[in-house]
Amino acid sequence: MIKKGSWVQIKKIILNPEQRANNLPEATKKVPLLLWVKGTLLSDSEMNDMVEIKTVTGRIESGELIDVNPSYLHNYGKYMPEIQEIDRIVKSTLFGGDYYE
Amino acid sequence: MNNSYESVMARKNEIMRKSVGIDFSNYEKDYLAFDYEGLLSEGNFTLEEIKEIQNNNGVGNTPLKECKNITNLVRKVAKPGYGARIFIKDEALNDSGSFKARRASVSCHQAKKLGFKGVIAATSGNYGAAVASQAAKYGLKCIIVQECYDSKGVGQPEIIEKARACEAYGAEVVQLSVGPELFYKFLLLLEETGYFNASLYTPYGIMGIETLGQELVLDSIRLTGKTPDVVVCTNAGGGNLTGTARGIKKTTDKNVEIVGASVNLYGLHMADDEDFNKKSFTTGHTGFGLPFIMNPDRSDVPRSAARPLRYIDRYVTVTQGEVFFMTEALSVLEGIERGPAGNTSLAAAFSIAKDMREDQIIIVQETEYTSAGKHHQAQLAFARDNGICIYFGDPKDEIPGKSIVLPKSVDLIKAVDIDLDVIRKKYLQNQFYKSKKLSKYDIEFLSLETNTSIEYVINESKKYNIELEDIR
Repeated sequence: MIKKGSWVQIKKIILNPEQRANNLPEATKKVPLLLWVKGTLLSDSEMNDMVEIKTVTGRIESGELIDVNPSYLHNYGKYMPEIQEIDRIVKSTLFGGDYYE
Repeated sequence: MNNSYESVMARKNEIMRKSVGIDFSNYEKDYLAFDYEGLLSEGNFTLEEIKEIQNNNGVGNTPLKECKNITNLVRKVAKPGYGARIFIKDEALNDSGSFKARRASVSCHQAKKLGFKGVIAATSGNYGAAVASQAAKYGLKCIIVQECYDSKGVGQPEIIEKARACEAYGAEVVQLSVGPELFYKFLLLLEETGYFNASLYTPYGIMGIETLGQELVLDSIRLTGKTPDVVVCTNAGGGNLTGTARGIKKTTDKNVEIVGASVNLYGLHMADDEDFNKKSFTTGHTGFGLPFIMNPDRSDVPRSAARPLRYIDRYVTVTQGEVFFMTEALSVLEGIERGPAGNTSLAAAFSIAKDMREDQIIIVQETEYTSAGKHHQAQLAFARDNGICIYFGDPKDEIPGKSIVLPKSVDLIKAVDIDLDVIRKKYLQNQFYKSKKLSKYDIEFLSLETNTSIEYVINESKKYNIELEDIR
């Protein structure tokens, strides 16, 4: 069980495909418009329940409970060796081809 | 109240009027014109007052830095005697990490003065953190509405980082999947909360950047004894270029060439759920730059104060590969590690400087902070994960959404000119669709809008059978 007062993230559909704007590209037209927002859980719930939360501005939003203590896990990605090659190009152009020797 | 898409969009003007504290209809003139300078004097701020607001809130007076090694790198591939001195205005050092703090500072000041409890901005860019940071200083509540994920919930790394930054400054972040209906949710939130619309496109969003234009002229004189010859501005919605150019013109009578630069994302549809994660730049690109310069009044306010066509002297595109390359060069040659999107104008400046004399000055007017996600390493890795082919070659072979071509040698970095005459004609065409009849004031307005002449506008109007009033 996820306790009332927990810091959570919810997800909801705000426009179904048929409610969306006209003139959208095909790939967008066929999917719903989704919303994600974080806040404090207003009642004891289980994951994937439809719940209500209070956001940091005090708004009440409802949607599917998808995460508890949602974390920032974005990073710098897998290392790109191309970066070493850029360094070689600019340094050898500026300082001469023997810079790395 | 009916909250269907159509009903909310129909209430747009009413919601807008309440949320910006500006009655735009006061400035409307004749058939399609409006009083631009009148709108820009909304709030009666002087440049001095804006500077004071900014200085008191962690904004402005960023250093102008000479990129000596990058300048020398240009000279390695320029003709003898060519290769202008390249300077960057290190805007990453504003509170919240970008020049957008300048734009947010005036909006948040105004929101507080008018008694609003909070501010809302629709932005996936650095502007979100800027509004959140300034709102924190004034004790205003803050909601940032972002287009962040595709329909599968996969987010653009740099936008995910921007969401984290907004939350770090205490804002609520409402994240949406791809689609222009973001504006619908934005309107609903304005209606629900009664907060101030801290739009990028109000007069406040533009006035705040005029200080940047002024500073870079004064910095240049202090460091080199001269006004800059060229200033390069990354161009998306047009506010950056507009505000910078206005600030420059308020500070010096000398001719300073204003260059706009956008990342070329030709072929990628901005509202396409599948194209969304095939791009490596979410701002500063042609997907915003071109539609907004040709039709500025497509923003989230009835009249946009960002009107780049009035000020732009030259408009160039650079490739994603060129910008990533220059971002790494800035880091490894100058010891300044910054985010890639802010370096769009640096890549353009590198190319333009090649054709300028050694004694000339070119200024790149912004940098942005870098972090996890918001880094060329992260964006390149994300591109490779999304099946984008990354290789060294000639950047002109890059196909947005399919490849990123890193220049295999420095001389291959070449900004490509967009024909401004074509842009001007498209802008006028958009205007002529709005009214078949024009007054003398309208014609003058259009000549100012396009930075052309009365004759130029009249000649174009003939192609569309426009009836001209009061004009012999």
